[in-house]
Amino acid sequence: MSDFLALTLAEARDGLRRRDFTARELADAYIEAMAAARALNAYCAETPEQALAMAAAADQALAAGNAGPLAGIPLGIKDLFCTKDVLSQASSRILEGFKPRYESTVTANLWRDGAVMLGKTAMDEFAMGSSTETAVTGPVTNPWRGEGSNKNLVPGGSSGGSSAAVAAKIALGATGTDTGGSIRQPAAFTGTVGIKPTYGRCSRWGIIAFASSLDQAGPIARTVRDAAILLKSMAGHDPKDSTSINAPVPDFEAALSGDIRGLKVGIPKEYHTTQMPAEIEALWQQGIAWLKDAGAKIVDVSLPHTQYALATYYIVAPAEASSNLARYDGVRYGLRVNNGGGLNDMYAKTRAAGFGKEVKRRILIGTYVLSAGYYDAYYLKAQQVRTLIARDFTEAFKTVDVLLTPTAPSSAFGIGETTDPIAMYLNDVFTVPASLAGLPAMSLPAGLDKAGLPLGLQLIGKVLDEETVIKVGGVIERAAGFAAAPKPWWRS
Amino acid sequence: MSIDLATVRRIAHLARIDIDDAALAPMAGELNQILSWVEQLAQVNTDGVPPLTSVVDAELPRRADVVTDGGYPEDVLANAPQAEHGFFAVPKVIE
Repeated sequence: MSDFLALTLAEARDGLRRRDFTARELADAYIEAMAAARALNAYCAETPEQALAMAAAADQALAAGNAGPLAGIPLGIKDLFCTKDVLSQASSRILEGFKPRYESTVTANLWRDGAVMLGKTAMDEFAMGSSTETAVTGPVTNPWRGEGSNKNLVPGGSSGGSSAAVAAKIALGATGTDTGGSIRQPAAFTGTVGIKPTYGRCSRWGIIAFASSLDQAGPIARTVRDAAILLKSMAGHDPKDSTSINAPVPDFEAALSGDIRGLKVGIPKEYHTTQMPAEIEALWQQGIAWLKDAGAKIVDVSLPHTQYALATYYIVAPAEASSNLARYDGVRYGLRVNNGGGLNDMYAKTRAAGFGKEVKRRILIGTYVLSAGYYDAYYLKAQQVRTLIARDFTEAFKTVDVLLTPTAPSSAFGIGETTDPIAMYLNDVFTVPASLAGLPAMSLPAGLDKAGLPLGLQLIGKVLDEETVIKVGGVIERAAGFAAAPKPWWRS
Repeated sequence: MSIDLATVRRIAHLARIDIDDAALAPMAGELNQILSWVEQLAQVNTDGVPPLTSVVDAELPRRADVVTDGGYPEDVLANAPQAEHGFFAVPKVIE
């Protein structure tokens, strides 16, 4: 086996089962590639020793014939997941040195199925961002560059370390989390596949909380099949999360039948925004044509409250964040700044030093919209509009099976180029509505723009119907034949 | 609605985040920019619309009221910046 890194997750899994190569060989190849790609800054903590120990256990299980579905598969884990005795910082200074004494449910599920941890991937601090520039370990660089350009681009965010790692082939797959688009937008920016499942499909237990009514874990991978395989292991009911859905987890990989004849695909007219670049509009039309060719029926639908989704999100998410992040007080874990000024002074100094600019901004907005006298005008109003946004989807899904939209309004932009907070928020214009409604959605690469950078299409499904999303994703993937890959300029 | 420096100081205190006087004005500017952008929700008629509090159509699960966790104080304290005699330690509160 000459090039382990070229294998997809499904191919590696099958090769390991056939004993064509060992988990140890695969782990060695990835550990070497990870170390040679430090220029990307995708990993904030590398765990090669753990990887080798887990690979050895996988080899034993494979030899004994009792290997799990992910035995020997090397993964990157977003820094938002608590991993036992391994640094878990949400890429924030306020969690400096934090090594949980417990394992998140989602990562525990992956290890139960035999996966191998390569390390923790960097992210926007507390998952608040669309560029992975705010990680305490420094910005992550997208493996992709424009044709003939040396400019460093962002990998999207907040799961940008994960998307960069998968695109650079320094992880076979990775975990992400998505609150308003943090799996799908980075997947679109890096030519990878990302799934945000139905809210409640994956347990939130042990995932550092940002906005609890929106946060959902999901996979980032190279192919739709790979993402489906990972999602099956990550998902499942967990009594430790009261919002975890108690429903059977389907075999998502089996949904890839390729047959979408007669399926109704909705095209929401409100997603045709005036600011949308022509190339993205054209790619969307191409996606529609592919699905038509495969026998799907295209139906125009309306989601009338779409234009209010971002503003709704930027009230609800900061409100929940201000509450969730109240726990970082310098008492139980992480950073403490104590200048001898007493307890209240310690809280305020610790939080001033530990949180970055965007996190502080969101905590303050959240505190304001929840404060006496403003709660009804902002927070209650936003929760009401959220109802209307969710109803829009319910109405649309009375006539269609799945929705097709672009994932993001642009391709990857340069590091340091977007400094205005609201301009940054607009990255999530197409991903936030499905988050507010708790619906499953996927981004997959469908083409390149003029600069040679990947563009993604998004599929949004009904509650708990990831299978249709995956099935339609598989059809687009085959029609698009997306085979482009970034040149490995980062290899040292 | 526009927020002034005193309001920024007040919410920063509520949020327990120390902000230098010099940083108050820029922060007020940024917060006002965001708040005036979210004002657009006022255009939406929400009369009689219930707030969405959960996207999951399920009742909160119940379980027996018994102790199911605990008994590992050393794990709980393992990451504490300061722990003494099996407790979290903080600066003196009462003079």
